Amino acid sequence: MKSAPDRRTPRWRAWLLLTPMIAWLVLFVVAPTAILLVYSFCERDEVGRVVFTFSLENYRRVFDPIYLRIFARSVGYAGLTTVICILAGYPVAYCIGRAREEWRHRLLLLLMVPCWTSFLIRTYAWITILKEEGLLNGLIRLVAPTATGFDLMYTPTAVVIGLVYAYLPFMILPIYGSVEKLDGALIEAAHDLGAGPLRVFSSVIIPLTLPGIAAGTLLVFVPAVGMFAITDLMGGARVPLIGNVIQNQFLVARDWPFGAALGAVFMGLFALTYWILLRLGAREEDPA
Amino acid sequence: MATMVHLRGVTKRFGTFDAVRDVSLEVGAGEFLTLLGPSGCGKTTLLRLMAGFEAPTVGTVEIGGQDVTRLPPYRRPVNQVFQSYALFPHLTVAENVGFGLRMQRVAAAEGQARVREALALVSLDGLDARRPHQLSGGQRQRVALARALVCRPKVLLLDEPLSALDAKLRRAMQLELKRLQRQLGITFVFVTHDQEEALTMSDRIAIVHEGRIEQLGTAHEIYHRPATRFAADFVGQANLLEARVLLQDEAQVRVSVTGGLELTVPRAAWPAGAMKALIAMRPEKVHVSRLANPAAAPAAAATNLFEARIEEEIFQGATDQLVIVTATGTRLSVVVANESAYGEIFHAGDHVSCALHADDLVVVPAE
Repeated sequence: MKSAPDRRTPRWRAWLLLTPMIAWLVLFVVAPTAILLVYSFCERDEVGRVVFTFSLENYRRVFDPIYLRIFARSVGYAGLTTVICILAGYPVAYCIGRAREEWRHRLLLLLMVPCWTSFLIRTYAWITILKEEGLLNGLIRLVAPTATGFDLMYTPTAVVIGLVYAYLPFMILPIYGSVEKLDGALIEAAHDLGAGPLRVFSSVIIPLTLPGIAAGTLLVFVPAVGMFAITDLMGGARVPLIGNVIQNQFLVARDWPFGAALGAVFMGLFALTYWILLRLGAREEDPA
Repeated sequence: MATMVHLRGVTKRFGTFDAVRDVSLEVGAGEFLTLLGPSGCGKTTLLRLMAGFEAPTVGTVEIGGQDVTRLPPYRRPVNQVFQSYALFPHLTVAENVGFGLRMQRVAAAEGQARVREALALVSLDGLDARRPHQLSGGQRQRVALARALVCRPKVLLLDEPLSALDAKLRRAMQLELKRLQRQLGITFVFVTHDQEEALTMSDRIAIVHEGRIEQLGTAHEIYHRPATRFAADFVGQANLLEARVLLQDEAQVRVSVTGGLELTVPRAAWPAGAMKALIAMRPEKVHVSRLANPAAAPAAAATNLFEARIEEEIFQGATDQLVIVTATGTRLSVVVANESAYGEIFHAGDHVSCALHADDLVVVPAE
């Protein structure tokens, strides 16, 4: 079939223009993934060198109850983080999205400002807030000198606080995007047809901003499952998540093939989540 | 006629801007009332005050005898058709139309029957399962109408609902809206900036200008007896002429208008005691014929006769638009009907005689 774009731009020129992009993808996405997949079927010798054979042993080990439990825990933490991010982020996104236009950009900027500081430094800042002699307990003792305060550092709570803090902007931004697109006349029409504020929210606002929630969930849930820096810093590695386990296999246990298998399964999970949410998003986006 | 909507001394202030200024208005039950005015005149704000999207700064709003001034839109017995239609994109046609019934917790079976009935009313049977984006502009308009009517409101509010349709469809919908309104007997309050639309559909028209109602009357009254310069200028075409009294007796006033043309006006139409006023002359009220053709002489009752030269002639199909200049230099816009292809044909440069009935002159007090 001869199509119009072929005539306008010769095929080789199109490919030439795409070359940097393709090279980037091959070098940094396709090749590492391929290496990961190949390694995941290999074995390692006593000193940790990769032995090229074909073995399903690594995958069998991934489905060992220990790791499944860690998987489940990771998904649980990420899920909780996502839910908290939706609950905390939605009102923020809604207020910014429905604010007057000249205010929207200023409010969004405020959301971005913290990101200009290194992520690790911001996480350390949370440690100084949450640690036993930290800011939070200091404030509590200021109000109630006899209170014992909280011992939050290195607990699951601290990990979730850290995760929510890190990923909240990624939830707010896509929801903001769909709130901003929401036609105010639709809200008025719903009111006009007898819907009180709650009904308007549940039958008009939520369904129409669902694509934003789906996109935000994708941006928060998937990376949160694999996060290891926050669990290390705030959880003191006492509650290892799947990200920590993978990191350990590569850097500490030197079992690259097993780490690769964990990574591959994890990637499968990503892909599945992505696919489900994309389908959901596509169905909701359809009428717009 | 019982009063359905009653605004009493309503003012709506946005910051320092008064969008609506001390408006009092009564709309009768079953009446088709149009709020007509240019954009930014406050007509949409008046509608939003009735719908409950705005609360008046001063004054009260009553609907069906009940004071609804402080009631939110979802507690008012009115429904609105929005300019953008505002159909819910995530719902089907049937779900859109049934939305209001679900909010009122109407039983499912009854609701379905009413949705079907409403869709049939606007000739949209069989499109229940479509989504709004799969419909044409005209169909969306009908869905919006059905969605509002299915709730059986006491008053239907329409905010320029036809402005997005093409001219032909708009004409058809105007007639259809009028038919629906008669058939259902619901009070319609219709907002538009299109004077032709207003004249076509309304029982009464309220001309809104700078937050006030300039004139309230039937289409006939508004067109033939505009009360203000703005009303005369905004509705239809009019030659607006400054008039100055030359002499007067108990029956007539002789005036000289812009450009020097002298006209006779009935005494009763002239504002008592005034020496100056404004005369509005509709272009079609001037009867024009060739000097050389006495058979086509103007009707005997006409009291104003003058001669003029055609300066410009624009053929518009059913009518001819002429610009004529009198001997003294008064320039008038005139419309003549093209009754027959073999009748009088006017050309630029022709000398014509003109006749104008004195009662067809509208006198508006000078501002």
